[in-house]
Amino acid sequence: MSSPLTAEQKTIHFLDRTSFGVTPEIVQRVNRISMSAYLDEQLQPEKISDDLVEEKVSALKTIRLNSGELFDLYPPPKVAKERGMAADMMKAPRMIIYELQQARLLRAVQSQRQLNELMVDFWNNHFNIFAAKGADRWLTTSYDRDTIRPHALGKFRDLLLATAKSPAMLFYLDNWLSVSPSARMPANARRRGLNENYGRELMELHTLGVDGGYTQQDVREVARCFTGWTLLRPRGDAEFRFEPRLHDPGDKIVLGRRITAGGIEDGVQVIDLLARHPSTARFIATKLVRRFVADDPPASIVTGAAAAFRRSDGDIRTVLRTIIDSPEFFSPEFYRAKVKKPLEFAASALRITGADVRVTPQLIRYLGRMGEPLFLAQPPTGYPDVGSSWISPDMLLTRMNFAADLVGNRLEGTRVAPAALSDTQALIRLVAPDSLSPATRRALAETDEKEAPAMLLAAPEFQRR
Amino acid sequence: MNPSRRSFLKSTGLGFLAFGLPPSFLVRAAGAEQNARGKSLVVVFQRGGMDGLNVVIPFKDQAYYALRPTIAVKEPASGDERGIDLDGYFALHPALAPLKTIYDKGQLAIVHAAGSPDNSRSHFDSQDYMELGTPGIKSTPEGWLNRYLSEKRAAGSPFRGVAVSPQMPRTLAGRAPALSMSSIEEFRLRNLAMAGALEKLYSNSADPLFRQGGKSLFEAMARLRAIESRIPPSTATYSAGRFGNGLKQIARLIKADLGLEVAFTEIEGWDTHVAEGGASGQLANRLKELGEGLAAFYQDLGDRMEDVVLVTMSEFGRTARENGNRGTDHGHANVMFVLGGGVRGGKVYGRWPGLAPEVLYEGRDLDLTTDYRAVCGEVLTRHLAQRDLIKIFPGFRGSGSLGLIA
Repeated sequence: MSSPLTAEQKTIHFLDRTSFGVTPEIVQRVNRISMSAYLDEQLQPEKISDDLVEEKVSALKTIRLNSGELFDLYPPPKVAKERGMAADMMKAPRMIIYELQQARLLRAVQSQRQLNELMVDFWNNHFNIFAAKGADRWLTTSYDRDTIRPHALGKFRDLLLATAKSPAMLFYLDNWLSVSPSARMPANARRRGLNENYGRELMELHTLGVDGGYTQQDVREVARCFTGWTLLRPRGDAEFRFEPRLHDPGDKIVLGRRITAGGIEDGVQVIDLLARHPSTARFIATKLVRRFVADDPPASIVTGAAAAFRRSDGDIRTVLRTIIDSPEFFSPEFYRAKVKKPLEFAASALRITGADVRVTPQLIRYLGRMGEPLFLAQPPTGYPDVGSSWISPDMLLTRMNFAADLVGNRLEGTRVAPAALSDTQALIRLVAPDSLSPATRRALAETDEKEAPAMLLAAPEFQRR
Repeated sequence: MNPSRRSFLKSTGLGFLAFGLPPSFLVRAAGAEQNARGKSLVVVFQRGGMDGLNVVIPFKDQAYYALRPTIAVKEPASGDERGIDLDGYFALHPALAPLKTIYDKGQLAIVHAAGSPDNSRSHFDSQDYMELGTPGIKSTPEGWLNRYLSEKRAAGSPFRGVAVSPQMPRTLAGRAPALSMSSIEEFRLRNLAMAGALEKLYSNSADPLFRQGGKSLFEAMARLRAIESRIPPSTATYSAGRFGNGLKQIARLIKADLGLEVAFTEIEGWDTHVAEGGASGQLANRLKELGEGLAAFYQDLGDRMEDVVLVTMSEFGRTARENGNRGTDHGHANVMFVLGGGVRGGKVYGRWPGLAPEVLYEGRDLDLTTDYRAVCGEVLTRHLAQRDLIKIFPGFRGSGSLGLIA
């Protein structure tokens, strides 16, 4: 497609990129107050009331509890037995992850703070942890709520420092066990030296990017700076702690810079150095442009976003606004250029059908088979953000089955709104105004009225945003 | 436990934490069709960087025990908790006992100090490089297994390349159509009324990504449904979990004679930075799952192993020295297994570079003496009769045959 987008297409494109999917309500709102006013609102989520979905989320028992309370109420089987608790599968640690998954999906579908939710999802994936790894079963709830969420639209440096100090990350990337090789430790201690895991991923995945200009020697030096950044009571009331006696006091040089602050400030100095490094601006800008524009991030938008990142000292709001305001954002080549990842696909289907959602194991399992079991990406890279990762035959099949089950009201407890489906033409206008492909148009013509919405949600057009 | 809770737990997608059992299938009848008994290559990817030094243990190398004071596996002798002697120099980790029988039968070969020559030590990059078949070059558009399929241009069975894994792996992605699935049983459309129209919609779509995806999907579903009832049942007990299920599904596809040429599955959890363990513990548990899975696959296929070669690989090995947390960090060379009826097994291949400080790679890791592309290349030429290896591994010049395949 080469002709400029129509006004209707622009609205759909804008909303598809800044929310978990269009609904008639948000289209109307944008038409009434304009895209830029809507974006202003979305960039200030604290001013948007979100009681409806938060009421649903607060019905989930674990979401507000701290790690210690979670460990007490959902202990591992061995501890439960020692404490004489009756065996109860509903009190197993995996229930915590299940409730996190429910909250994520509920908010994606029903939150009014769509852009904020989308960024919470983005940063959770950027700073990925694996919720099923050991103590992280009790730490991920706080990670999502207290580490990621407060900074999702804030300063990158604050977010980075929050993750560095978070019990969930300290545990996931083993930094809590990394100690100065010269620290005196008891002979039977589990920790007796450096662990490079966090130092490496901090540069490769969180900040500079793999080509960001660091060496194996830098990995070791960064790891030395973070010795002593540890964790009290990982299985219980977990808490960040800097332990001076575990810290390596020697000279360190990171990326050519001598780190001289000493103590906990060594790590903070590294965070500052990395957060303000030009490679980080470029790396984060590239990932954001990949999320908001195209799998192959166009260089012009990346350059602008990276400049905005540096100018604003890593202000995430400013970078997002720069990307969305860039003239190329509405370029026809990027229209529907992104494949929805599974959470985006499922949430957008539930949103467009006006579904009354009950998040059940069946629904969570659907996301797993589409390739995105929430909070359960094992590698520190998180899930990929390029279309080809999400359309293997099996994943495609699962999307088709999901569409049919949703529209046929075969998702347990979830009911689509009849009004949302009664007018197929209105539905089409939300998915692909003026641009439904001939193949999809023909298929819809040959499908009976009742199945038409399922066909539309299973069609290639709806797999993209 | 009441039944609704049981079914709840089974279906949360968190089952691996509790039950870890793959779904079992009802297989109605035996008697496979005797057509298209082609040769297959199966690739098992161990994601996370396996610690090869604790898998095939160089117990005669003086340095090994000094480097690993708390996690070394003891040298072979009587009793449990010790390595299993392979050749007087190397020992197999005791959790891999099921593989020793196959090694003794001469159908399992081991290549030590092997792997990818790149030194990135990043999981992400190293896996990519290995799967693309071009270490150091990220822009390669397709994986090496896919390049093999493209080069071969055999008749178009949709099952020529299959991954039993949650996502299509890089190594099978590319121009040639390939499939990924979680199981044969679940590979079906639930609303059959929509099937015809959906198939037509996708095949007429102007969106090439989805047109291709849909084509593979609908062809494969049709073929599977046509033969499903005739696939002979599994005759072996696979390890519980996704890896065992993956190999089981691949064995079924091989027995179904669907024209499977390359198959892929993976096993995660090798990133042992902390509390790796020695003869028992974290790594041992992963090896138990690996060994049981491979042994079941070997037993399940029986005589059909004549047509099959299975190769294992992992993105990098781990530091020769254990770290401060009784674990190991990202390293370099590793160990690979080659399993099959036509394999010249019962031998540890590859030049051993040693573990003395002055010969360690970058002063810390096992040096690499065999490029994994030499191992895979030999399987491609000798087992799958691929002539021009440079097309599969561009830029790679092998240094003579290892003699792995009869």
